[in-house]
Amino acid sequence: MNWWQRLLRRKKMEDQLEKELRFHLEQHASELIAQGLSPDEARRQARLALGGPEQVKENCRDARGTRWMEDLLQDFRYALRMLRKQPGFAAVALLTLALGSGATTVMFTVVNGVLLKPFHYGDPGGLVRLQEQTDWSTPQGNLWAFTYPNYLDCKRESRSLDMAAWSISRGTVSVPGPAEYIDGLEMSSELFSLLGVNVAPGRMFLPEEDRPGAPPVVILSHSFWQRHFAANPAAIGMRLVFDGKPYTIVGITPAGFRLDDNELDVFTPLGQNTSPRMQSRRAHRFGVWARLHSGTTLGQAQAELALVGRRLAQQFPDSNKGRTFIAEPLRPDVGDTRSTLWLLLGAVSLVLLIACANVASLLLARAVSRERELAIRVALGAGRGRLARQCLTESAVLGLSGGLLGVWIAAIGIRPFVAFWPGTLPRAEEVQLDWHVLLFALVISLWSSLLFGLAPALRTPVRELEQTLRAGARTVAGGSRRLHGAFVISEMALAVVLLVSAGLLGRTLLRLTSLDPGVNVHNVVTARTALSPATLANPARIRAAWEEILDRARRVPGVQAIAMLDTVPMREGNNTIGYDLTAAAAPEDKRPFVLANSVTPDYLEVAGIPLRRGRFINDQDRKGRESVAVIDDVMAQQAFPGQDPIGKHVWIGIGPDPVTVVGIVGHVRQWGLAADDQAQVRAQLYYPFAQVPDELLRRWSELMSIAVRTGIDPLSVVEPLRREVRGVSDDQVLYEVHTMEQLAKDTIATQRFLLLLFAIFAGLALLLACIGIYGVLAYLTGQRVSEIGVRMALGATAGQVTRMVLRQSLGMIFVGVGVGILAALAAGRVLMHTVDGMQSNEPSTFIIMIPVLVLAALLASFGPARRASRIDPIRALRQD
Amino acid sequence: MAEKSDLPQGTLDLLILNVVALGPVHGYAIAQRLEQVSRGVVQVPQGSLYPALHRLENRGLLAADWEETESGREAKFYRLTRKGRTQLETEAASWQRLIDAVGLVLKLSEGGAE
Repeated sequence: MNWWQRLLRRKKMEDQLEKELRFHLEQHASELIAQGLSPDEARRQARLALGGPEQVKENCRDARGTRWMEDLLQDFRYALRMLRKQPGFAAVALLTLALGSGATTVMFTVVNGVLLKPFHYGDPGGLVRLQEQTDWSTPQGNLWAFTYPNYLDCKRESRSLDMAAWSISRGTVSVPGPAEYIDGLEMSSELFSLLGVNVAPGRMFLPEEDRPGAPPVVILSHSFWQRHFAANPAAIGMRLVFDGKPYTIVGITPAGFRLDDNELDVFTPLGQNTSPRMQSRRAHRFGVWARLHSGTTLGQAQAELALVGRRLAQQFPDSNKGRTFIAEPLRPDVGDTRSTLWLLLGAVSLVLLIACANVASLLLARAVSRERELAIRVALGAGRGRLARQCLTESAVLGLSGGLLGVWIAAIGIRPFVAFWPGTLPRAEEVQLDWHVLLFALVISLWSSLLFGLAPALRTPVRELEQTLRAGARTVAGGSRRLHGAFVISEMALAVVLLVSAGLLGRTLLRLTSLDPGVNVHNVVTARTALSPATLANPARIRAAWEEILDRARRVPGVQAIAMLDTVPMREGNNTIGYDLTAAAAPEDKRPFVLANSVTPDYLEVAGIPLRRGRFINDQDRKGRESVAVIDDVMAQQAFPGQDPIGKHVWIGIGPDPVTVVGIVGHVRQWGLAADDQAQVRAQLYYPFAQVPDELLRRWSELMSIAVRTGIDPLSVVEPLRREVRGVSDDQVLYEVHTMEQLAKDTIATQRFLLLLFAIFAGLALLLACIGIYGVLAYLTGQRVSEIGVRMALGATAGQVTRMVLRQSLGMIFVGVGVGILAALAAGRVLMHTVDGMQSNEPSTFIIMIPVLVLAALLASFGPARRASRIDPIRALRQD
Repeated sequence: MAEKSDLPQGTLDLLILNVVALGPVHGYAIAQRLEQVSRGVVQVPQGSLYPALHRLENRGLLAADWEETESGREAKFYRLTRKGRTQLETEAASWQRLIDAVGLVLKLSEGGAE
């Protein structure tokens, strides 16, 4: 039998032991009877010879080796009984722990799904992301997307990597069904096999389809197939018109396939693209993923890529000087969600710590009042280790039940939490309870059980046993007072950290919402517009199509003004370009940068940007006239300090000629209310869309948005607008429709969200700390009843007793607040680094938040203090 | 009656294994056999016999079955496992070496006294 069988057959084992010993006794007795003893005497002697049967049995049980399990079960049952006997204590402790571990588990579930889970691709460990790296930096850093020629060179020369390149290409699908603007991916034919993605039904691209001139083929995503073809298998072989070009459908991807976090609709072979960017070593437009050959290391691959990089830098110094290629393990790119998530996990850990401190002080109070019980058990022979183990089992039962409740909270709370996340949480579909989360919950429950159970367990009385037994209720809680103090102090300190953090976030949010975004955000709606693919071939037709859109939109009732612009304020999108003030271009790493926005003349009116000097772009600024630009305050300061910028020339690299500054306008918080102050590039420049050179017009048209100022609710004009702009071939679509007001609000959604969560955490912390201090004081004064009785008998007034208790609590509160302030200063720095728009620790936040805590804690202490002052000295002294 | 002596540490297991090696036997018989064979010199406290048996069973040196005795009663009969036999052999050998060594040392001191 192995140990668990022995454990399961405990009853049988016991019966057999009984039977074996009885056999022994009877055998012995019958022999003694045969020797002539009376039956009674024989039985007596036999029993004497064997020794006490219970003791023998106990020794046999020990010899079985399952003792620890039996003890554990016994302790477990005992712990459950104790909890049932004290439902009040159990409820408070369990609720506290459930909240703490529930919040922590929810946060960990998100962290696990978003940050820790690997990609769903086959063997994700061998996948690497390749990037270009320069030895100088632009405001976007020193990592670049690949150029196609560089990719081809790396691919040809690498012996350790299989590579595939891709590029996201959005466009309009016009046949079959209603026109829709969708996300496409141009990709090397190897990409799917590299990622271990099976295309079914249908097939992957063939290598010969990945070349210029090959028949155009397309693979659909599963969701697009469902949407447009109702998941009809006959779609394979059918025609799809994407951006005006007919394709033959050859395959469907599996459901849920994503490239990084991009949900794509259609896939086309990259090699068929013949646009100039495929030949340019300056067009950094391509993502490159690769798989390490088995048996090669990342280091080898990196060394190899560095070699290729050096060779290309010599061969093409114009474009590749100081440029090399790096490989890093392919991990999901989740942007700044990472820091937000770790920040929140840190904050909930503090809540969990407070919960643990709270339960620890409750348990300790109970342990002290159970001191006599424990002392008696020691006197009866229980070992110290045995008692400590029993205490720990009790804590573990509490901790695990709390953890279980926490998992339950996480299971029901995780979806609402994800939905509640500002904007969209990257990889949200990966956020699920899985065994990682369960393991985490188990570990934190056991860990917190240890945290709050250790102090009471180590208190098991052994020394001064006699004294404990004799002292009875007349104990002076000396040692435990210090321990209790420590718990209260740490709870206070943690609460200070959370309260001050919440306060800092609140002040930040207040400041941010009062900021002027630089544009009048009311009654403006913006949308991107995809021109009909048929118009894109010819610059004249593109200009005409835009003219027509603006004309028709102007006629929509409620529209006051309409303009085009290439980057909408406070929306994702990057139009940073380098500029020069002389015809000779500065070296690439020394050029200043500006946000350049091509707009139509009415933009000033639509956005409500104040004109400071000169004039804005007008209808006279057309092709063939002098190229003009309008700059903002920041650029005026930056580029022309102490000079008049009007009439100055700026080289922005859009067309061969410099632009002439004709006006100055107010600064717009382009990067968002919070982020703009810290943005790398704040200077802004506007130039007329009419003067965009013909060769750039197609590319620009893919990026342009329209902005509409309305006299009525801006969203109410969206549907009429959609109808008006559809164009003659009914395939021009509006997408990414937002009101400017919403965009402005969204830029501080993270701060708002963090504030809300921190406020909840801080409130919880405050509540728990108050419960903690109340419990500890009630316990400590309860221990001192007879002492207080003596004091009152000797003439202490009720007021003096109240003050005495409050003094005790104030001592703990102040030490806790002191420690907390130091920790909060550190936490403030962390927040400053992770949250946009956060300013350094403002003393006023401390001055507001700390009295709140002190007052609440004092209020919580007032109950026990009053109770102490009402002690009747005669009754107190008679108590023992 | 000869003077009774306590068992040296660890020898009880060896004695039990040796007795059981003769064939399946129940606890009471082991106790009796031990007392008879040692002619009453070795005092086996009966109270420590059963824990020792259970320990040996637990370690897989002994196996046990419930069988009927000659008198028709059910008793737990212990027998040696293969592992038990190996253990018995090594322990007996090392015990013998110890006895020889102690004997030699004692003889040496006797010689010294001459």
